[in-house]
Amino acid sequence: MIPLSWYMALAVILFCIGVCGFLTRRNVIVMFLSIELMLNGVNLNLVALSHFLDSVRGQAFTLFIITVAAAEAAIGLGIAIALYRSRRSVHVDTINHLQG
Amino acid sequence: MFSQLFFGYCALMIIVSGLLAISLRNPVHCVLMVLVLFFHMAGLYLTLNAEFLVAVQIIVYAGAILVLYLFVLFLVNLREELHLTAFVPNAWLGRIIAVGLAVGLIATIPAFTLGEKGVWTVKAIAEATHTKALGQEMYTDCLLPFEIAGLILLVALIGGLVLARRDEGGGECGASDDPEPHGDHKEVCR
Repeated sequence: MIPLSWYMALAVILFCIGVCGFLTRRNVIVMFLSIELMLNGVNLNLVALSHFLDSVRGQAFTLFIITVAAAEAAIGLGIAIALYRSRRSVHVDTINHLQG
Repeated sequence: MFSQLFFGYCALMIIVSGLLAISLRNPVHCVLMVLVLFFHMAGLYLTLNAEFLVAVQIIVYAGAILVLYLFVLFLVNLREELHLTAFVPNAWLGRIIAVGLAVGLIATIPAFTLGEKGVWTVKAIAEATHTKALGQEMYTDCLLPFEIAGLILLVALIGGLVLARRDEGGGECGASDDPEPHGDHKEVCR
């Protein structure tokens, strides 16, 4: 039997890998991938807790998180394509149109 | 013993492929590393008796979302993306923030205590099958979030359509016979 704390530690490590990727990378698509890593860390936590708490609500939440991740990927990549069409580059620090 | 070995293997592969995914230079390699990571996440879900989520993880995450990423990567120009510098002023600042967050969160794990248990024990789930248990939870207690999730998918569908269309579509819209298109027609064309 695997203790719950192992799953939680792995989820924390996965989440922090995502945070590190989001902070250090400049490519928009890799930043979205880092967000997916963070969401997967949260998913692992929810599924582990739902197993150890004898409830399936965490797994239902995981399904909703997967839905939101799919929507986020669709919208974010659509924005990336639109930006790439207008700017020919997907680096975030060149995107400063809203600064006025 | 076997389950602990399997957990160790999956955890090791998840950490290694996650680190590779955020450190490789070529974004296509990053996406493929995340694919490996998602398969091992599905393996971890198997150890947690969540068979339906294993299927969803592989079909939706690895099959649909990552393929979407790969399509976008092939649509945008790869050569321009290979020159990368840090997003935060110093890349080490981001790493220090991430490591500090990890240390702080792991340090709080021993203080965690489980709450009261629910009704879906492993035996009950095995009797009712996992998909049925999940469906009963989702269509009774979580019905409103389920509807909101459907709405979010609709918004994503419309948003993806609007965002990914070309801007020069105004030419074909303006080519209609009506010399003065009325307001909502113009709105649709934009």
